Amino acid sequence: MKYAYYPGCSLESTGIEYNISAKLVAKHLGVEMVEIDDWNCCGASAAHLTNHMLALALPARNLAIAEQQGLDVAVPCAACFNRMKHTETAVRESSATRADVCHVIEMDYRATNTTYNLLDVLVNKVGSEVIAAKVVKPLTGLKVACYYGCLLVRPPKVTQFDDPENPMTMDRLVKALGGTPVQWAYKVECCGAGHSTTKPSVAFPMLQAIYQNAQAAGADCLATACPLCFLNLDMRQAEVKSGQGGSYNLPVFYFTQLMGISMGYAPKELGMAKHFVNPMALLDAKDVLRHPTTRREEA
Amino acid sequence: MDYLDLSAALAGAERFLHHVEQESGVHVSECYQCGKCSAGCPVAFAMDYTPRQVIRLLQLGMREEVLNCRTIWLCASCQTCYTRCPRAVDLPRLMEAVRIEAKRAGIVPEKHINLFNDLFLKSVAKNGRVHEMGLILQYNLLSMQPLKDAFKAPKLFLDGKISPIPHKIKNQAAVQRIFERSMAHGGESR
Repeated sequence: MKYAYYPGCSLESTGIEYNISAKLVAKHLGVEMVEIDDWNCCGASAAHLTNHMLALALPARNLAIAEQQGLDVAVPCAACFNRMKHTETAVRESSATRADVCHVIEMDYRATNTTYNLLDVLVNKVGSEVIAAKVVKPLTGLKVACYYGCLLVRPPKVTQFDDPENPMTMDRLVKALGGTPVQWAYKVECCGAGHSTTKPSVAFPMLQAIYQNAQAAGADCLATACPLCFLNLDMRQAEVKSGQGGSYNLPVFYFTQLMGISMGYAPKELGMAKHFVNPMALLDAKDVLRHPTTRREEA
Repeated sequence: MDYLDLSAALAGAERFLHHVEQESGVHVSECYQCGKCSAGCPVAFAMDYTPRQVIRLLQLGMREEVLNCRTIWLCASCQTCYTRCPRAVDLPRLMEAVRIEAKRAGIVPEKHINLFNDLFLKSVAKNGRVHEMGLILQYNLLSMQPLKDAFKAPKLFLDGKISPIPHKIKNQAAVQRIFERSMAHGGESR
């Protein structure tokens, strides 16, 4: 299994632990990921608010480079994934758009390759059974609220991935890792995206609703597949007060970190020391870092 | 109470409407005002007009009201409305098109959101990739809140999450030409 890998800007910066854990886990599962040579920013949330052609062309240059190598593309960031799929769809649907895009990027691009998000690749393409067979430290007793956010699943016409209202791919993954996915209502609610920086008064209530719902559903932690969702959920948690005036303490993980833990990697190797909400107390309380045979007896 | 001559409003906004519809690929007449978009919108609580009302303003040709509303700036492009719309109206795309028009007309009620957006693209045009630390520093300075999130910076820096040095791509010229050609193209979809 071989994919062109498009990490995106955040994975070299604030989302660095996603990049580290994604590469480690993919390698462990025998998925070869070849980083797209000299890739550029996809334009993410800004380009489509400024100029539609720019929003199509920025991802297109990367997709064209991968197409030359005859590779499908694996994208860890939900926003990058969404922009890539938009370009892929637009180019497939209209030859006029394709001609315009090719003119702008000065390259040929026919969208003969397909973009998948990394969750899709590592769970659906690899298969839950293969993953389960690699688990040495099952996440027994860990209750996870799987948070998909917006851009992995919406709009479904573009993303072509899972159910837009109640996606289950990450839930199935957590189960395969030995953990317990909780049923909750906010798995596809928006985290506020860039508003956490530009308009906290709007973003913070949105984050609060997510924490509150996860906690009410009995979750110990949140799992995400997007560097911006992660940054918002992790870094802003101390600022977003709960209804009672206290603060939340819900560690946030990239799904790839949960995979890494269960496959025997140490938290540090997976970048877990870089989180704002320290996950170590939770992992210790659940005793998931030891081999099941040496775990503490339940009191 | 003020009265509004709807026929005159619609006639006066014809060119604007045509342009927005062309730019977004959305026909505003397709919306039958069921309100499902507003019911599911996670940002509706902060908007001056709900998403349904924005479409209604467009249907009625109320150009000034729609260009001046904050909703088009607060929309997070989460795609919930479009996903649930029984008429498949691409409302996020419509919001984008109106927002681009508002900006062209110099109407920017949400200065911080607009500033962040512009700085983001400037960073991409300059480096080929976004330089997150540079972006946030510039944003904080230009939005006159130099100490915003400052206490988080040391941890982010020590964890290797932000760096003063941008990642530049080799073929920056290619990305610069993509910007130039896209702007020259105008951005309309066909």
